[in-house]
Amino acid sequence: MSLIRTIEKNVLKEMFKENIPSFKSGDRLKVHIKVVEGENKRIQIFEGDVICRKNQGLGSTFTVRKISGGIGVERTFLLHSPNLDKIEVVRIGKVRRAALYYLRKKIGKAARIKEKK
Amino acid sequence: MTGEIIGRKIGMTQLFDKERNAVVVTAILAGPCWVTGTRTSKKDGYSAVQLGFEEGKEKKINKPQRGYFKKNNVKAARVLKEFRVDNSQEYQVGQEIKVDLFKEGDVVTIVGVSKGKGFQGVIKRHGFKGGGASHGSTFHRAPGSIGASSSPSRVFKGTKMPGRMGGEKVTLKKMKVVKIDIENNLIMIKGGIPGVRRSLVTIEKVNK
Repeated sequence: MSLIRTIEKNVLKEMFKENIPSFKSGDRLKVHIKVVEGENKRIQIFEGDVICRKNQGLGSTFTVRKISGGIGVERTFLLHSPNLDKIEVVRIGKVRRAALYYLRKKIGKAARIKEKK
Repeated sequence: MTGEIIGRKIGMTQLFDKERNAVVVTAILAGPCWVTGTRTSKKDGYSAVQLGFEEGKEKKINKPQRGYFKKNNVKAARVLKEFRVDNSQEYQVGQEIKVDLFKEGDVVTIVGVSKGKGFQGVIKRHGFKGGGASHGSTFHRAPGSIGASSSPSRVFKGTKMPGRMGGEKVTLKKMKVVKIDIENNLIMIKGGIPGVRRSLVTIEKVNK
């Protein structure tokens, strides 16, 4: 492990989230995001398929893609961000790659991901 | 005491602040340093404090330096650096200096040596614009004219030309301390700092 990762583990321990469910590319998630509008706080849900995960210690991210009104929408989240309320795994997908960027070029039925049973 | 320390850059990471924003930080392993000597305006003509960093093997330190450390009765240091201070009498030889002299939110000045870039052209080195890439243009990344002809019939000194880039001293001012870890001698600075990983940097507190 590189020195900087060791330091993250020791010094920034409290920044790491515990209880992150295990999920992979191809899984469908419900990401609960904390949204602040002026004074009000509410939870917004972003539901879609994980198309990639990047493991970089505290800077780890994952990208969720969904089709909204016929237009593809992707959002990249910081895995350990305090702005994320919780992550829910809705469906486990069956895919053969770690990064599903090919989905961007697929439309309709071709853009589906098989469910793992 | 003004507050200065020597450290080594470790690398970059990010953390989350109280407003839940991600902040990019550079981790520096700073200190513990110890005062290996002082310079006074009476004796040396200037006032400074000399700090040592990283204990060195006696075998690896040359004889004159070994004698110097012995005379001042301090641990042998691999790295020695002098810092100008207003009053060097505030420091005692042998005194230990740790990261606890900084606190979160402090503004500091950081000095390091930038990464060596090798021999570079004028576009990268001096920010020249360069010519068109296509449409029949034959002028791409060349420096262009470097001066007039028979008068002055020479190239002026200091004309920006290709050459070695990087590997020079860089000073960054108004850098913010985001986190201090006294136990592990760590200091985290917002943003990037010059140099490769494990390169030496000095951190100086800015007096308000």
